[in-house]
Amino acid sequence: MTIELKNLVKKFGAFAALDGVDLKIEDGELLALLGPSGSGKTTLLRIIAGLDWPDAGDVSFDGENALARGAGERHVGFVFQHYALFRHMTVFENVAFGLRVQPRAIRKDEAGIRARVKELLDLVQLDWLANRYPSQLSGGQRQRIALARALAIEPRILLLDEPFGALDAKVRKELRRWLRTLHEEINVTSVFVTHDQEEALEVANRVVVMDKGKIEQIGTPGEVYDRPATAFVHSFIGESIVLPVNVSDGRVWVGDQALNIKPNGAAPGPSQLFVRRHDMQVAPPGGGLRGSVRYVRTFGAIQRADIALSAGDGETLIEIDTPRDRQLKLGDVVELQPTRFRIFSA
Amino acid sequence: MTDGQIVLREAATDARTEPRLIRWIVIGLAVLFLTVFVVLPLVLVFAEAFSRGVGAYFSALLEPEGLAAIRLTLVVAAISLTLNLVFGLIAAWAITKFDFPGKSFLITLIDLPFSVSPVISGLLFVLLFGMQGFFGPWLQDHNVQILFAVPGIALATIFVTFPFVARALIPLMQEQGTLEEEAAVSLGASGLQTFFRVTLPNIKWGVLYGVLLCNARAMGEFGAVSVVSGHIRGETNTMPLLVEILYNEYQFVAAFAIASLLAMLALVTLVAKTILERHLDEGQQLSDD
Repeated sequence: MTIELKNLVKKFGAFAALDGVDLKIEDGELLALLGPSGSGKTTLLRIIAGLDWPDAGDVSFDGENALARGAGERHVGFVFQHYALFRHMTVFENVAFGLRVQPRAIRKDEAGIRARVKELLDLVQLDWLANRYPSQLSGGQRQRIALARALAIEPRILLLDEPFGALDAKVRKELRRWLRTLHEEINVTSVFVTHDQEEALEVANRVVVMDKGKIEQIGTPGEVYDRPATAFVHSFIGESIVLPVNVSDGRVWVGDQALNIKPNGAAPGPSQLFVRRHDMQVAPPGGGLRGSVRYVRTFGAIQRADIALSAGDGETLIEIDTPRDRQLKLGDVVELQPTRFRIFSA
Repeated sequence: MTDGQIVLREAATDARTEPRLIRWIVIGLAVLFLTVFVVLPLVLVFAEAFSRGVGAYFSALLEPEGLAAIRLTLVVAAISLTLNLVFGLIAAWAITKFDFPGKSFLITLIDLPFSVSPVISGLLFVLLFGMQGFFGPWLQDHNVQILFAVPGIALATIFVTFPFVARALIPLMQEQGTLEEEAAVSLGASGLQTFFRVTLPNIKWGVLYGVLLCNARAMGEFGAVSVVSGHIRGETNTMPLLVEILYNEYQFVAAFAIASLLAMLALVTLVAKTILERHLDEGQQLSDD
């Protein structure tokens, strides 16, 4: 199912959780809403589910106005951050809930419900837990039961709020891979919210980066990482070296030193230069950023060095990753050259 | 290891706790206080009730006046329990699951019956429904009897016991939040289905707890009921009112026989309360991990 959001606005008092959001979610895709806390991503998810209502704007499912329908009529599967399993029901009854509350006319009989629940528990590989209560499960198991429960109603879209947020790192990694496989298997349009960029880049087909109630960039994981559209996206996704620079006369200046790079069409004036840590390389003398090595440590194939830049006013400490073939030593004076970079006006 | 433990136990003074003398004095004071103020009166009630033998005890209970009082008390308790259960559930549901202006005012209002003297609560109904009261003349014209009759007694009891159910449920429901309800709604459950299948099972022990306390108070209420009852013998005397009347007429065995029933109610309530509190704690722990 395709979902279209047009100009969504949602305010909590004076705080604008959503400030004019337009988004089209394509059929069958696995989309990540990525942003820091307070960026409006969860609010957006809850509005799609019908658990919150926008102050202005439209939500349509396959061209049909979804705001005219309540949460129960939208056939949306919602997986909550803290699972929200029914604590007084067994795992089996939790998964069966959506089937049992269906109107009599379309409700399955008991045998049909049992068969469907069994199928779902098999899907999440937890059929052996059917008679347990949620309090007897681990976090990862609860999460998978919550997912099975949401899938029971054959949702047209699956919404997941920070699905792995409350899990420890190892389980999280496992579940991520599992969610991807599951999505390929059942192929239902899915949207998940996360503040973890690694999670978004690894799991999603497309990533929507949000900040302060606005969408900053929409793109594939590769696009948002390699070609960030704004300074926010560049600093939020992946680690960046940020240097205050000045663009004038078609050159880029750090303090009084002109860099050996082209401004790539950046507007003249005070700007910020963004470089990935592994895109700042040690260059032969002449035209690079001069700095001295303060600290070096090695991780496998790379060495990470703290370099104190002397250009501009005072000293700026940056961290770079370089291959180990040219060994850096404490106190070395080196020149650095960004191989790939982006400039955003400040 | 064993030697060390024995030495520890035999040490005259243990640094981890108070000196033995102080411990004994404190515990002794507490026991003495409880004996004088709680155990002794309870024993005395039963002793006095049976002072002329078991036969006298039961014949006192089975007097028409006694039976009428017991029946009235049960009827009034049943009415106020039912209504307060419904009101309490609705109030707690509204307060904990929805946001609306005036919410904190409503919470304060629910507590009002606790902070007002029961006598004032009773007078309030006299002011409303009495002959000189607000609705008095209208009720008189339409031949409706509220004061000095069962409706008045029920109203006063409902007012006094209103907070119990709501008070027991509000903190419980606040702690549980609205997530499970949201999950139910997103799975297609209607409002009623959500309430009966998700909310109610989660709060059932809290509901029972509130009902229990509400019942104890409804049966034992004296002040408010005394003002609106009119003390018509065999008609509008509840058990607590009858105890006072009998006592004032020097019918000690009868007075204490009725009183012993109320005392037994208190004991049963106490036991049930302990059991329910254990269940509530368990529920809490389940949701905590």
